[in-house]
Amino acid sequence: MGFFDWLFPARRKAAGTEQPAPPSTAGGGSYNRSVSRRDVFKILGGAALTATACSTPFSSKEEKELARIGWEEFFQKNYREMTQEERDQVVQRLEQKARLKRGVNVNIKNTPPQDGVLFGYAINLSTCRGYRDCVKACMLENNLDEEMAMQYIRVFEIKKGKFDVEAGEAQYGHEVPAEGNFYLPMQCMHCEEPPCVPVCPVGATWKEEDGIVVVDYNWCIGCRYCEAACPYWARRFNWQEPSIPNEKLNRDQHYLSNRDRQKGVMEKCHFCVHRTREGRQPACAEACPTGARIFGNLLDPDSEIRWILENKKVFRLKEELKTEPKFFYFMD
Amino acid sequence: MLEFLKFVIAGFREATRGQRLYHLWMGTLTVFILIGVYFYSVQLREGLAITGMHDHVSWGLYISNFTFLVGLAAAAVMLVLPAYIFGDIDFKRVVLIGEGVAVAALIMCLAFVIADMGRPDRLWHMLPFIGYFNWPSSLLAWDVIVLNGYLALNVVIPFYLLYSRYRGRKADPKKYLPFVFISVFWAIAIHTVTAFLYAGLSSKPFWNSSILGIRFLASAFSAGPAFIAVTLYFIDKHSDFKIEENIFHKLGYIITVAAQINLFLLGSEIFKEFYHPTAHSHSAYYLFFGYEGHNALVPWIWTSIILNVLATATLTIHKLRRNRRVFLVMCLTLFVAIWIEKGMGLIVPGFIPSQLGEIVEYFPTMPEIFITLGIWALGLFVFTFLVKIAIPIELGYLHLKQSSTSTQGVEHA
Repeated sequence: MGFFDWLFPARRKAAGTEQPAPPSTAGGGSYNRSVSRRDVFKILGGAALTATACSTPFSSKEEKELARIGWEEFFQKNYREMTQEERDQVVQRLEQKARLKRGVNVNIKNTPPQDGVLFGYAINLSTCRGYRDCVKACMLENNLDEEMAMQYIRVFEIKKGKFDVEAGEAQYGHEVPAEGNFYLPMQCMHCEEPPCVPVCPVGATWKEEDGIVVVDYNWCIGCRYCEAACPYWARRFNWQEPSIPNEKLNRDQHYLSNRDRQKGVMEKCHFCVHRTREGRQPACAEACPTGARIFGNLLDPDSEIRWILENKKVFRLKEELKTEPKFFYFMD
Repeated sequence: MLEFLKFVIAGFREATRGQRLYHLWMGTLTVFILIGVYFYSVQLREGLAITGMHDHVSWGLYISNFTFLVGLAAAAVMLVLPAYIFGDIDFKRVVLIGEGVAVAALIMCLAFVIADMGRPDRLWHMLPFIGYFNWPSSLLAWDVIVLNGYLALNVVIPFYLLYSRYRGRKADPKKYLPFVFISVFWAIAIHTVTAFLYAGLSSKPFWNSSILGIRFLASAFSAGPAFIAVTLYFIDKHSDFKIEENIFHKLGYIITVAAQINLFLLGSEIFKEFYHPTAHSHSAYYLFFGYEGHNALVPWIWTSIILNVLATATLTIHKLRRNRRVFLVMCLTLFVAIWIEKGMGLIVPGFIPSQLGEIVEYFPTMPEIFITLGIWALGLFVFTFLVKIAIPIELGYLHLKQSSTSTQGVEHA
């Protein structure tokens, strides 16, 4: 962001911050186009007025409905303090909002943590080759804003002979694997003692029963104290209105994961809550072409991740900080 | 109730009257406030993307100023403590000015925090019982309590004293002294809590230091009284409220000792960072010498160090400190030095390099700078407004019976 960039908000918007037009509504198009339509009606007079009479009440009804939803959202409770009934209502409201704003039917779940499950992740550093397919899969799966280039996963290229993330390079743009390097992916470590959670002044982020650290996007006030507190740089802020076009929208959503995000709040990796609570793999694990990512239930003695923890030389990053990450690394 | 209404009206009248210079000053401040309001409206619409902040340096100019101003607010205790508790007659005369500085500084603090928030519309989420107030685990929740509490104390105590005087009654020490005692401890608390906000983060070795709290207090107790000394000079020059030489001497002593302690503590930190540099010293390298070719803050911090050493050394020499002109210039020098050191010089390098060793620098943008200037203008506006009312009441020009005819002759810029 340069010193004078604020002068040209259009430039930032050009790449697609505008809300995509709902394809179904009669008005269609952007604000400017609808204004010109109205002007045309003025000129055409009588006959056209009938046409407006048909379309205007429809759109204003939509606007009213959206205003009502906005009002209700303003008074919405912290997700943690809601009953299951209230959570169901909130999720329905969000689905309705998506219908009105996007003209799209999304499925927003609020699946609670499953009993006897504690999620963990292990990365095989011997097989990771730095393709970053996990990064791309994550962006698509989680409806990450493209313009801000938000990414939850960061892959570091590190020279062999060193073991220091700080000496690594995350912005590599050449063909991989590059000779003499190894690759180390990082994302939210879902610490058992997460430093980001106690610092939140409003309790908008917490650790769920299954060990996933989540954010209530509707409760966060955007102070960014958690972003400063995270030793793994795993948290991201929405510096502007995030947007994703309908054709790229993943409609399989969860309240705590990939539903439409908002300007001015935090977000982060959530181990694909909408998938993993239904027994599926997170998108990054599924996308990895080398099988370097092993995700599973740490409480299940027969799981692959348990086998790795018991049979490999496993370590975690910044263990001296006692954050107890559930994100492990090992080598063959 | 009627008396109170008269008090409010008389106060408002007093604040809206004055010489040309006064109106020019308030008018200029208003212009800056309005420019700030405009840019804030742009920020509300576009998001914090219009600032220079990003995910690597996620706190910038706003939080830097906030941190510094908490210190300015806390500094009122340096007048309150001797005046009310030890009964120092000299300080008693100017303590209201100190409390005015505290109120203005706190209003600026709260404005900076709100300017930095992504969702100011959700401020109510912090309210206990109605929202979800994460106290005691979040230091930010502590900060909300101590800042608002301190603001309340610094509004209520001077209000009671001035209102009593306005009505021609003697203020009852039994009624206000307990609050004064509380406010002394509270002042220490606001700055300690603000220091702990940073010192408590294990993710940031640059802040994660046990002497941060005491450093904050030392720098506050030098920059704060330095600011008060400069305002006293202007009040002395432009109003009938005369400030005795003795007050400047005593303030000068406080400022000097605090500045010396502050320099010592800064030196201790520098020694630790550079005697045997570890991976945890990268931020200090970035700040003082530049790191891997990035050195945006280097000229900035050395300006601060030079000004700081110059002011402290000059003030240490009795003869120079007792020279009014030298003293005031050095007070301003010290104020600027500490504003740099404790503002951008403390906050920004905390994020560079990032937790993962990446280096992305931070430069404030135009709107960010104008919002910041607007908030400073707001603080100065509030301070001038309060002082303009307090002085005629203190002098006895403004009191209940002839409140409408007795305001002449009290002007200050």
